[in-house]
Amino acid sequence: MTKRLAWAAAVLTLCAIPDAAYAMHITEGILPAPWAGLWYLVAIPFVAWGLRELRLRSSSTPFFKPMVGLVGAAVFVISCMPIPVPVVGSCSHPAGTGLAAILIGPALTAVVASIALLLQALFLAHGGLTTLGANIVSMGIVGGLTGYAVFHAARRARLPLWVAAFLAGLLADWATYATTAFELASALHGNGSLGGMFGAIALAFLPTQLPIGILEGVLTAGVYRFVQSRRPSLLECLGVLPGRAA
Amino acid sequence: MRKLSAAVLAIVILAAVSVGLVQAGAWPGVDETVVEKYATAAGRPPQSPLFDPGEGDLRVFVFLIAGIVGGFVAGYYFRELFPRKSNPCEKSR
Repeated sequence: MTKRLAWAAAVLTLCAIPDAAYAMHITEGILPAPWAGLWYLVAIPFVAWGLRELRLRSSSTPFFKPMVGLVGAAVFVISCMPIPVPVVGSCSHPAGTGLAAILIGPALTAVVASIALLLQALFLAHGGLTTLGANIVSMGIVGGLTGYAVFHAARRARLPLWVAAFLAGLLADWATYATTAFELASALHGNGSLGGMFGAIALAFLPTQLPIGILEGVLTAGVYRFVQSRRPSLLECLGVLPGRAA
Repeated sequence: MRKLSAAVLAIVILAAVSVGLVQAGAWPGVDETVVEKYATAAGRPPQSPLFDPGEGDLRVFVFLIAGIVGGFVAGYYFRELFPRKSNPCEKSR
């Protein structure tokens, strides 16, 4: 018990080393006010849906709130850890929302991502308050929905759990960055072509995000292998595996 | 348990190396190489944070406390969710 707590504290403390942000979140002041407002408007219904989902599922499943708390901590840690990509000479981070979406669903993924992004914007200068809506949409909503959809589509195609989880993590990460590229291009393309700018930004993300996406897929698959071997009944209750749904 | 400890240890080492390298300025982040580059070219350079958490030891102290509290909370929930033998479905009935 003590060893486990010490590990968890060490990870969170390392993550919390304060310095400038080195990440994909859109930084403060980059989006013009109308675009920043628009992305807030897009994000709010999803967060409200997630809060409703939390209330409903918590009343029927006692372990659901601890699970959301644990997944939220994981998303916070994963999405603030810069990982260098030596071949490219730059660094970025995974998002963790594909992983979250399989366990707690896409609605609650939007909620935990919102909390993580708000804390990062307030205390780590990572992202920003004006760009919070856009960052919630790319990481929490699009990342979560993609991870959830890919995982369940892969399971319907009878792929093994770890393969489905790998694909969910990989594609959720890439979808997050594609959305960030779209958000930037739509606000900043000016008189130029939206498609051209989107393509240029997405291509610029590609060399760093290609390996980070694969790493995120491996991480997601590893977590699900762990949960499956340690406590498969948890996945059954959450509806991830066929069986008893709570 | 050994596998989990090894995985956590790997994450801690990776985090330490990553943070060290990044703080040394070895590898800039994609926020700098991609987001900032295109935003500045479009006339929208990044601004200072609206909420400035400050610098120095006070900030380190606050984050240390947050890390410890967060670590204990995560550890508590982990133990609750992943005990050696139990059935969450039976508990919820």
